[in-house]
Amino acid sequence: MTPLPITAPVLEIRALTVRYGARVATWAVDLTLGPGEVLGLVGESGAGKSTVGRAVVRLLPEPGHVETGAIRFHGRDLLGLSDAEMRRLRGADVALIPQDPLSALNPVFRIGLQATDALRIHRGLSREAADAEMVRLLGHLGIPEPAEVLERYPHELSGGMRQRVLIAMAFSCDPSLVIADEPTTALDVTTQAQILRLLVELQAERRVATLFVTHDLGVVAHLAQRVAVMYAGCLVESAPTRELFRAAAHPYTQGLLTQVLRADVRAEASAALEGLMPILATAPAACPFRERCPKRMAVCDETMPALHEVAPGHAVACHLYGGA
Amino acid sequence: MGATGGAPLLETRDLRTHFRRGGWLRPVRWLRAVDGVSLAVAHQETLGLVGESGSGKTTLGRTILRLVEPTGGQIHLGGQEITGLSQAALRPLRRRMQIVFQNPYASLNPRRLVGAIVGQPLAVHHVPGDHARMVGDLLQRVGLPLDAARRYPHEFSGGQRQRIAIARALALRPDLVVADEITSGLDVTVKLRVLALLRELQAEFRVAYLFISHDLAVVRQVADRVAVMYLGQIVEEAPTDALFDRPLHPYTRVLQASVPPPDPAATWRPPVLPGDPPSALSIPPGCRFHPRCPIAEARCRVEPPALRVLGPGHLVACHLAS
Repeated sequence: MTPLPITAPVLEIRALTVRYGARVATWAVDLTLGPGEVLGLVGESGAGKSTVGRAVVRLLPEPGHVETGAIRFHGRDLLGLSDAEMRRLRGADVALIPQDPLSALNPVFRIGLQATDALRIHRGLSREAADAEMVRLLGHLGIPEPAEVLERYPHELSGGMRQRVLIAMAFSCDPSLVIADEPTTALDVTTQAQILRLLVELQAERRVATLFVTHDLGVVAHLAQRVAVMYAGCLVESAPTRELFRAAAHPYTQGLLTQVLRADVRAEASAALEGLMPILATAPAACPFRERCPKRMAVCDETMPALHEVAPGHAVACHLYGGA
Repeated sequence: MGATGGAPLLETRDLRTHFRRGGWLRPVRWLRAVDGVSLAVAHQETLGLVGESGSGKTTLGRTILRLVEPTGGQIHLGGQEITGLSQAALRPLRRRMQIVFQNPYASLNPRRLVGAIVGQPLAVHHVPGDHARMVGDLLQRVGLPLDAARRYPHEFSGGQRQRIAIARALALRPDLVVADEITSGLDVTVKLRVLALLRELQAEFRVAYLFISHDLAVVRQVADRVAVMYLGQIVEEAPTDALFDRPLHPYTRVLQASVPPPDPAATWRPPVLPGDPPSALSIPPGCRFHPRCPIAEARCRVEPPALRVLGPGHLVACHLAS
């Protein structure tokens, strides 16, 4: 397991199992996030990474529900809160930056009305005071003529501008936890670079604990202090970022890293992992990666490997490294 | 790969595609999606076409296939001008150029069996021979299971559907395939396998690709040459290694520097690019990139730069590049 930070963690996820009907989306996931820490949660589509983020803010799409496990925010169990209590937390102390900035904004209202919701509801500001605060925030994020932006409708803004508005909304009530769900995936490369720069600056300034969900290892490399890798709903490896890139232990992580396409080098085509990621219907009885694993052993077909530490802060769920 | 000498397979000269916007109570404006593009693709070559959303790369691909009508300029296929040809006269030429679309969930008819989808071009063009067998061979060649022909598209994953679309595009043994963002939306493991398949098929089917993508890393893997598009025009064009190792246009440099290297030990400073991506409805005067260019000078604001040759096969449209 990851070592507990000296200070109390902001977010603790224990044995989280989420089910969508017949499908197990995440299985027994453990994650800990310290104050000010940025944790990159990576994996292919369907690996369960977005599900973890959505479960934390309790916005799982139907028919998703948490089957077992605990999610503690500053020691308080989020799963035990009433809907009203959760609403008081969401958007205030716990904020979400969604993937698609267009569908996250209501097309029939001006930006000003919806962007200031959190400020008016959670901080009790008047309309005028909330507008003034949002103008200040947008200006701080480097948006030219922020007052003008509040008068616009979502479709009148570019994708990058909409994402800046959503970031401003997420940070407007000084959250102590941010869930960022692929916030740059829908953007062009140059816009993505601007948004990443903004997030890095905000992070340096505010030190907000962030769960950064992404499939992009390049983004993780420059934003996260620690990385957790998911495969078929299971957490298979977690390590400090540099350690993970330098000494990945799980064969799946190793495969992922050799497959990263780079613009600065021409890759070998032979690196592609064969096969497809399985979809779990029940608790995994054996290693979910075994079918595609180049280092498969007899034990891999028999039991599911547990996460255990191979170096300080570096945990792996793989039979190659002993454990049970 | 690369040029085999002689005339290029495909050539466009000053190709333009403008769309009318507004009208009736609103002022008429012209969206200049493609605005003077001259490029060439040799037999069995892969030309990568890179640009951000709104740069006109998809419209350019569709105009070349005459799926969208050009406003001006010329398209030559195998030395024959096809710009003014009627749709009837164009039909036999369609065998020679095919397209694979971005979204394999939308480009395959969900109500038709995969065998019928891949066999349709053979039927439409009255190709002689045993179509069922030809379809079976094609599906097998792109790596699909033997019974694929009798299944429906929804039974396949995104990567497999893209293979079906590739099989359909190759059914008529075309000389040119326009591949429009065919790997975006695919996971990296699937992406790599589709790219490897494209390369194998290129040698076997002797086909040239116009490979359109916003993803520089993907283009680097497949292209022999790369053209960079910005606001409807080509701003730089070069052999792949030269473009990536020695980019000369400031926009190409910004594009490259925007991609975070997947290495936490490498320092990465996201380049500052002021303003928003501009609109093809209001194209800036002079160099189209000047409002966002880090090195723009006075003359960049008035004088549009022409493409200049600055190395073997290396063309750049920038007053300041050398």
